[in-house]
Parts: sequence; structure tokens; C-alpha cells
Amino acid sequence: MVISKKSLQFLLVTFLSCMPLVTFANPTADSLQNHTENAAPVAEAHGETGHSAEKEFNATELINDHIGDSHEFHIADYDGHPITFYLPVILWTNNGLEIFSSEQFHHDNEGHHVVDVNGQKLVRFNEVIFYADKFETLTEDERKNGAFAFDARPLDFSITKNVFSMLMSALILFFLFLAVARSYNKNKLAPKGIAGFLEPLVIFVRDEIAIPNIGTKKYAKYMPYLLTIFFFIWINNLIGLIPFFPFSSNLTGNIFFTFVLAFITFLVTSLSANKEYWKHIFMPPVPKALYPIMIPVEIIGMLTKPFALMIRLFANITAGHIIILSLVSLIFIFKTVAVAPISGAFVLFMSVLEMLVAALQAYVFTLLTALFIGQAVAEHDHH
Amino acid sequence: MNLTAPESLIFWTSIIFIVFFILLRKFAWKPILGAVKGREDSINDALSSAETARREMQNLTAENERILQEARLERDSLLKEAREMREKMIADSKADAQAEGARMIEQAKTAILAEKNAAMAELKSQVSSLSLSIAEKVLKDELSNKEAQTKLIENMLGDVKLN
Repeated sequence: MVISKKSLQFLLVTFLSCMPLVTFANPTADSLQNHTENAAPVAEAHGETGHSAEKEFNATELINDHIGDSHEFHIADYDGHPITFYLPVILWTNNGLEIFSSEQFHHDNEGHHVVDVNGQKLVRFNEVIFYADKFETLTEDERKNGAFAFDARPLDFSITKNVFSMLMSALILFFLFLAVARSYNKNKLAPKGIAGFLEPLVIFVRDEIAIPNIGTKKYAKYMPYLLTIFFFIWINNLIGLIPFFPFSSNLTGNIFFTFVLAFITFLVTSLSANKEYWKHIFMPPVPKALYPIMIPVEIIGMLTKPFALMIRLFANITAGHIIILSLVSLIFIFKTVAVAPISGAFVLFMSVLEMLVAALQAYVFTLLTALFIGQAVAEHDHH
Repeated sequence: MNLTAPESLIFWTSIIFIVFFILLRKFAWKPILGAVKGREDSINDALSSAETARREMQNLTAENERILQEARLERDSLLKEAREMREKMIADSKADAQAEGARMIEQAKTAILAEKNAAMAELKSQVSSLSLSIAEKVLKDELSNKEAQTKLIENMLGDVKLN
């Protein structure tokens, strides 16, 4: 038994170390093909020549593609054709709400393919949808920062890859915890199965995060929020690490997502803050002459806390993705398979590390949220 | 990084997160936290009642021990008492018997003395009557022989004195 167990472990490790080569390498190859794919019709349409079929590998572009958001979910390529899960595009245009499939863009991300939606001409550049006429007037720089060129584009409420992933994670978590909650109705004894796995985590959040930071009297009110952000961030971190459809999104490494979470934490903190908290900000215990300095400092301090939350989660997760993708890119940069085992081993190591980081960042976000809430509701002496 | 329209993710994150939070709070966190709390309470109750039972048990054992000790002491004292009583009874009966014996001996002595006295009196009367008859006979004889008569009387009186 011992021998067979050992060989099983060995096989598992071998398999896992080889897996990144396959799973990560494919999208890389895919995106290479994808780009050539895109280039071909463009070349035809504009009658341009000189576009070589073999495009130079650009690691930055690849990484940006993978950590960014997109309107469609690229699954794989088969026989030179991309297999894509098209997500709905929802736009608030000058003429009102427009909903159509992202398939209409035909994988174009260069602003060449014009889509006609109820008489409005739209193009997509770098995953941002513009009005075709206004797009023409934009400079290269303005196009690259198109996300903030609000006058040149309709408001975009599309179900992007990240939104899709978020919905999926919310549904998974909801049904998971619904099952746990149901299991308590039937089983009054020690928890079994999924409840036995998740209950210690719930108790961990309660006993190690909520109670020490908020206090035994007030923690119960904030438990649902803390549990929700903990599991929501954790599962999305993990989903980001799974390199195939329908996972592989980089939701928690997206600054807008972390912004919303940090903003909600800020709201929860501010709304539950007691008189002493506000007094400390607007009437700090310093001589009145220092108020012009102290009050802005205190207000900035109030805002930097959620800001740090936002940046920390975003940076940690994005950095992890970038490192893994860079390691995979090494194979294509050196253009040799010989790098693959080394690269694969590092990717395996990083993936395992990222699994730790996934849990750790969820923990840190929740812990700091609890800490901020604890500071806001504490009945402390003046110090 | 492709910053797709920020409003999309901000909008959907807010909506999804808030709806998700409300649903989870209602359908998951409340029942789960309630069940966990309930079970912890019941475990604590069970533990404290077990502790109480243990203490009661301890008390009961101590009580039993005490009662046993008391019983043992009582038994000892009873035994001692019985032994004393027996000894006392033996001593008493011995004394009684001795007294009775002494009394009986005394009685016997008195009776013997009385009998003896009676016998002596009887004897004396017998002897006196006998001597009278003898004397009568002797007198009858001796009165015929004066010398012999006197001699006889003297001898007889001499004998009587010895008595």
C-alpha cells in the first residue's frame, strides 16, 4: 500500500507539473493564432499587404490580454478557428439601450470591423466599444485610454468575462451555502459532508476575524458581510487560477471590482461609525490651531484605508497572474521546448503559491474590513 | 491591461454583490450561524450538566462513604456495648450466685444449729429420763445395799460432771 501510495503521489506531481504546459500553453498559442486570424480579414478588407502570417510574439500584449477583461469568452482554438463563448453586449447609446451578441464584432479588437446596430455604427478597439465616427477622430493615445473617453463611446454595461465569472461564483457560493444551511435542518448532530468542510471556515471568520477585531458585543451584526466578502473574494481568486473555461477570469485582479468591494467596506465602516469616530476625525484631540492640518489628514486617513484595500487585492492577484503568464511566455520568447520543463516547474510552484495567496488575500481583506469596522464602532478612551 | 468600460464592472459588481449579500444573509448566514451557535450552546450545556452530574456523583460517593463510616462506628459501639453488657451480666450473676450460696450456707448452718440444739435438748431429756430411770433402778437396788448405793451414786455423778 505504501509503495502504491508513493507512486500515486509521484504520478500526481508529475501530472500536475506537466499540466501548466498544456493548459497555459494553449491559450498562448490560441492568442497567437487569434491575432493572425484577426489580421487576415483586416488585410483583405483594407486591401493591405505585407501582413505576415507569423506575427512576432509579444509577451506584454499576451499578458495584458489575459489579465484584462473582454466581451467574449475565448475557450480554445480548433483547426485555426476560435471556439468562443459569446457574451451579451449591453450598451446605453445615444438612442437608448442596445443589446446584441459580442459575436457581431467578429473577434475584432483593432477598431476595423464596423457593427451596425439599429443605425448606429460601432467599433471595438482594445475591448472598448466606440462610436465609429468619433473613433476616427481619436488619437492613438486617446484610443488606448478609451475606457475613459466617455464622449466617444456609449456607456457599456455588457456582461463581460469578469461579470460572467462573478455571476457564476455568486451562484456557486449561494447554492453551496444554501446546501450547508439546509443540512442543518436535517442534521442536528455534528456537521457532515460539505457543512463539515465549510463550517470551520465560517467559525474561523467569526472567532479569528470578527470577534477579536469588533468585539463580542457588536460582531454579530457584521458577520454576514464579513463572511460574504471572505468567501466571495476567495472563490473568485481561486476561479482566476483555474486556466480554462468557464473559469480563468481575472476578476479579483481587476481594479474596478476591488474598488467596489473597498467602497462597500468604506460605506459599511462610515455608516456604522459612532460619535467618537467622527469626533476623532472632525474634532481631534489637538490644539484648535492645528485643525486646518489635522482635519484634512484625518479625512485622508479615512479614505486611504479602503484605498489600500483596493490596491492590495488588485496588485496581489494581478501580480500573481503576470508572473505565471510571464513564466509561460518564456517558452515562446526563447522559442524552444527545452525551457518548458523549467518554466512548467516554476509555474507549478507559482500556482501553488497563488492558491495560498488566494486564501491569504481574502483573509487580509476581511481582517482589515473587520479592523476598520472595529475602529469605527469601538467605545475607546481618548488617546 | 485592457480596461474595458469601468462602468460595466462597477455596475454589475455592485448589483451582484448586494443581491448576493442579501440572499446569502437571509438563506445561508443566518441559519448557519444560528445552527452553529445553537450547537455550541447545546455542547456547552451538555458539558456543564456533565460537570454538575460529576460533582453530584462525587458528593453522593462522599455521602455514601460518610454513611458507611457512621454505620461502621455504630456497629463497633454496639459490639462494644454488647460485650460490656455480657461481662456485666456474667459478673452480676456470679455475684448473685455467690450471695445466694452464702445465704443458703448460712441458712443451712442455722438449721443445723437448730437441729443440733433440738437434738441436744432431746438427748438431754432422754439422758435425764434415762438417768432418772437408771437412778430409780439403782436406787431400788442400792437402797438394798447401802454401800454399793453410795458408791454408785458417786460414780454416776462423776460421770455426769464429765458430760
